[in-house]
Amino acid sequence: MSAAGRSQNADAFERALDNRPVMGRSLYVDAWHRLLKNKAAVAGLVVLAAMAVMVVLGPMLVEWDHEIPDWDHYSSPPSLETNHWFGTDALGRDLFVRTMIGGQISLLVGIVSTLVSLLIGVSYGAVAGYFGGRVDNVMMRFVDAVYAMPFMFFVILLMVVFGRNIFLIFVAIGAVNWLDMARIVRGQTLSLKNKDFVEAARASGARQSQIIRRHIVPNLLGVVIVYVTLTIPQVILVESFLSFLGLGVQEPLTSWGALVNEGAQELETAPWSLLFPAGFLAATLFAFNFLGDGLRDALDPKDRL
Amino acid sequence: MKTLFKVIAWLCVASVVACGGGEPQDASPEPMALSEPVEVTLNDQGQPSAEVLADQQVLHRGNGEEPQTLDPHLGEGVPTTNIVIDLFEGLTTTAPDGQIVPGAAARWNISRDGLTYTFYLDPNGRWSNGEQVKASDFVWSWRRVVAPETAATYARMLAPVANAEAILAGEMPPSELGVAALNDLTFQVTLASPTPYFLGLLSHPTTFAVYPPAVQAHGSGHVRPGRLVSNGAYQLHDWQVRSKIELIPNPHYRLAEQTHIERVVFYPFEDENTEFTRFRAGDLGWTYQVPSAQFSWLSENMDSALVVSPWFGTYFFSFNLTRPPFADNLALRQALSLAVDRQLLTERVTRFGEMPTFGLVPPGLPDYESPDIDAENMTQAQREALARSLYRQAGYSESQPLTVELRYNTSENHRKIAVAVAAMWKEVLGVKTRLINEEFRVFLQNRAQKRVTEVFRSGWIGDYQDAYTFLELFHSDHGRNDAGYDNPIFDDLLERAANERIDARRRNLMAEAERLLLADQVVLPVFVYVSKRLVHPRLKGWQSNVMDRHPTRFMYWVKAKPREDSGAEVESN
Amino acid sequence: MLTFSIKRLISAVPTLFLLITVAFFLIRVAPGGPFDSERALMPEVEANLAAKYHLDEPLIFQYGRYLWQIAQLDFGPSFHYLDWSVNDLIAQGWPVSLTLGGLALVLALLVGIPIGVWAAVNQNKAIDYTVMSVAMIGISVPAFVMAPVLILLFAIVLGWLPAGGWAFSFDRMVLPVLTLALPMVAYIARITRGSMIEVLHSPFIRTARAKGMPEKEILTNHALKPAMLPVLSYLGPAAAGVLTGSVVVERIFTIPGIGSYFVQGALNRDYTLVMGVVILYGMLIILFNFLVDLLYAWLDPRIRYEDLNEGGP
Repeated sequence: MSAAGRSQNADAFERALDNRPVMGRSLYVDAWHRLLKNKAAVAGLVVLAAMAVMVVLGPMLVEWDHEIPDWDHYSSPPSLETNHWFGTDALGRDLFVRTMIGGQISLLVGIVSTLVSLLIGVSYGAVAGYFGGRVDNVMMRFVDAVYAMPFMFFVILLMVVFGRNIFLIFVAIGAVNWLDMARIVRGQTLSLKNKDFVEAARASGARQSQIIRRHIVPNLLGVVIVYVTLTIPQVILVESFLSFLGLGVQEPLTSWGALVNEGAQELETAPWSLLFPAGFLAATLFAFNFLGDGLRDALDPKDRL
Repeated sequence: MKTLFKVIAWLCVASVVACGGGEPQDASPEPMALSEPVEVTLNDQGQPSAEVLADQQVLHRGNGEEPQTLDPHLGEGVPTTNIVIDLFEGLTTTAPDGQIVPGAAARWNISRDGLTYTFYLDPNGRWSNGEQVKASDFVWSWRRVVAPETAATYARMLAPVANAEAILAGEMPPSELGVAALNDLTFQVTLASPTPYFLGLLSHPTTFAVYPPAVQAHGSGHVRPGRLVSNGAYQLHDWQVRSKIELIPNPHYRLAEQTHIERVVFYPFEDENTEFTRFRAGDLGWTYQVPSAQFSWLSENMDSALVVSPWFGTYFFSFNLTRPPFADNLALRQALSLAVDRQLLTERVTRFGEMPTFGLVPPGLPDYESPDIDAENMTQAQREALARSLYRQAGYSESQPLTVELRYNTSENHRKIAVAVAAMWKEVLGVKTRLINEEFRVFLQNRAQKRVTEVFRSGWIGDYQDAYTFLELFHSDHGRNDAGYDNPIFDDLLERAANERIDARRRNLMAEAERLLLADQVVLPVFVYVSKRLVHPRLKGWQSNVMDRHPTRFMYWVKAKPREDSGAEVESN
Repeated sequence: MLTFSIKRLISAVPTLFLLITVAFFLIRVAPGGPFDSERALMPEVEANLAAKYHLDEPLIFQYGRYLWQIAQLDFGPSFHYLDWSVNDLIAQGWPVSLTLGGLALVLALLVGIPIGVWAAVNQNKAIDYTVMSVAMIGISVPAFVMAPVLILLFAIVLGWLPAGGWAFSFDRMVLPVLTLALPMVAYIARITRGSMIEVLHSPFIRTARAKGMPEKEILTNHALKPAMLPVLSYLGPAAAGVLTGSVVVERIFTIPGIGSYFVQGALNRDYTLVMGVVILYGMLIILFNFLVDLLYAWLDPRIRYEDLNEGGP
């Protein structure tokens, strides 16, 4: 599923951004204003902020611990009487707390592994694009080969080889996801390198570091931000798929993906154990996607209405 | 937030609709309401009388994973065995109740020293192509099993036979194996040492005969439909990988007229919930398992189909005795064992009536008497009190808690049990447990290497009906002694039991060995497995048995009871 | 175009070779072997098994042997399904995956593109938000939740469709195809919407509008073609993915495709089987990206093949 979806953003940007005029710093302010006019994007932003606060503070609101079962109430429905607001899972653990903890993990997985892929992708892509020629060719051939490898096979092997801890999940997913980023950044760098204003800066005697800092990086930033908001939800889904295979985070920790997977098995007998985590998961993915779309529209000056 | 509510609302609708359908009082019945069977009457041959048999005799069986192979000599695992015992028949076979009864061999003699077994084959034994089953087929087959190039996984089933180990190691040719065909119908086996459970081994597929000309002609491809020649009640009709395996009766089978099911189709399932759904949809008459999360739903809605019976297996955890913290710390091992509330665990977590246990060898063996264990006679409160004092004695306390790694392999049930055990240790003793879920092969390797494990999931389903199949796991030389138990007294008891020919003395030696093992708390036994499955109430002829073996040839569909009073109680199995 | 095709073909060889090498050593690095079991094997048996499957040779020999084998188009015997060769298993499973994936792909295009266009035309109106929210469900609800819900609804409660199992028949394919298609519908709709909006704001459309061309004609005759470019680049890898099966759908609907071999093959350490499907997937990716480039040039005459040669997708 994600193997198919992963390159969607990458290529769409690559093509769409080709003819994009270059932005200076003030354009980011413009972009921000445009973003604020986009209701869906603002809603997304608000939902995400609320979600972040909730998953961090939520566990402190209740008496339950995420790992100790309440032996008297296993698989019990949501109820204010028992004080299990979201009910309990098959082992009697409070689902409210577990949904919050799961949210922390899912968001963390999404953000950190996106950052890992960003780090690898940006440096790899920038180096390939900036040096060009043979270096570029060899580096991109390697990307092609890895790209042709089924994503899940790769992740599963990484999980198997390096054992299983949450840190490695981040790295494993990030280590596979950087390919798109590398391609985008490379393409951007290639085209920026030869743009008039860079030539002009070079002709006027600007140093390389200045060119990179003043002209290349700011122009990459927009792409990168959009990419990040659209990659995080994908990573969260990838993690949920790993949980489906039983290869996700270690108990007693959990993630939305793991909770949804457990819930899906008790679809009929304990629907609440699916509905709450699935609701949170879906809301978050919605929010990220709307925000990402909004950012893309806002950063594309052609789209001014 | 609007979108969030939309999703929730949508899911709610879906699940409310779904839940409604499952309610027993709902007016619209399930697509396949389980019909009630008529009373079964038997004729004078002990077979069901013709008037109770249903017209349709097709059985669809859920069968776990796709079998690795249908070659009885290479096969491994329960799904493979389930199909192979329908296709092939060994020298001995099992009755519906699990008793060992004559199969391809009508009778046999055992020499006084227990070393020579002479089998007299049933003269009516026929391969599915009509050829007679001959003693030479068994000779050829057994030599094939031990030949190094066959690489039969379960070759150790024939290890008791003279020269088998040397042949497997490539030190002797297969023709030196201690088997001989005295004539067409007499098959003689010479053992290296008396092996009291040898007859029991003979119901294992590795000891079955394959049809030599087919194997010679097609090599490893001899098990394809159209090529496979078998001597059991059924023959292979169709095999579509990961989709279905279809068998039809072998018309030449010695008891062909007693085979009622005219077509049996085995379906592989990678997911137990899927199998469950398919049963509910009416696609299956027999399932391989039941998802444990569904117990309450099942007992309310499908009680007449749910079959739960004791199985010859024990679920336990093992301690790695070669590393800290468990090496030389008996008190700690005992404390952890006592702190686990097995009653609570089986009631709330596993839920299918698994029997809590403190012993290793499951009950149900004829004559074997498991040793008494003190903990069994205490209340849980007493156990926990004792656990706390042992925990302190072992050098731990609230302020200096034990930190321990609990390993299990990826599986929904293992996960739940491990979580529950860790929670109990924390509640009773304050132990900090790190749960480590490992992919199966990584887990096996870590267990075997003993370098990183501390306490880990184990469990054993007996290979044959004897306590020895459990106890031998802890012999210091055994390949799966992952606990690293090394006790010369224990080894000596086992070796004496292996060579003892008087049953009662042998049983005493084994009981003594089990007592020692449990006193050393090498393992933390949790419960005795149950086999659990869904069987259509109209499918009869089979019986629950401790080895959980259910050949299709005994089964038959009976007619549905005419529906006059729909309110009648459904008889439970 | 011919030179371009030949060049691309030649450049695929080192990519494939690299892929095979990386995959071969990666799977061998995973701990444990194909014949590990919870039951103890006799050491002799273990040695015999290793010898039978050449696992006792140095890795580099095995690698050489493997390359030689696949050069002859023989993927070798499966290490887990002992009665079958990898060629057998792929020959049995792939038609199933191709059928399901192909249908899902067609469905996704037929539904996704119109929805996307519709939303784009009504940008930032209620219709846009509604359509996109519904589409987003396809992305936000994992297949392993969607599939059981669909089964429960259509097979158990309503009893309209079978709960699973495989046959080349309409009723058995509906639910799996639907599950496979839903996320793709959503992605395609989103991409179409995005690129359509962009195209609709481009100068040549404005010109067409200024000339008084009817809006419908603008959409179908002028805007649609360029707007399909990003959809195409999505389709390349997506098609390769969906045509090689899906673990989730195969597991939940018990479908004998090749998707679960990617996961089960790796977990069973079925070295040859997993290599077989990985190579198949790699070849498809390369093939589809090549096709996408050809279509690209057809849809957008500005692109010349020479440009594509420089690090195309």
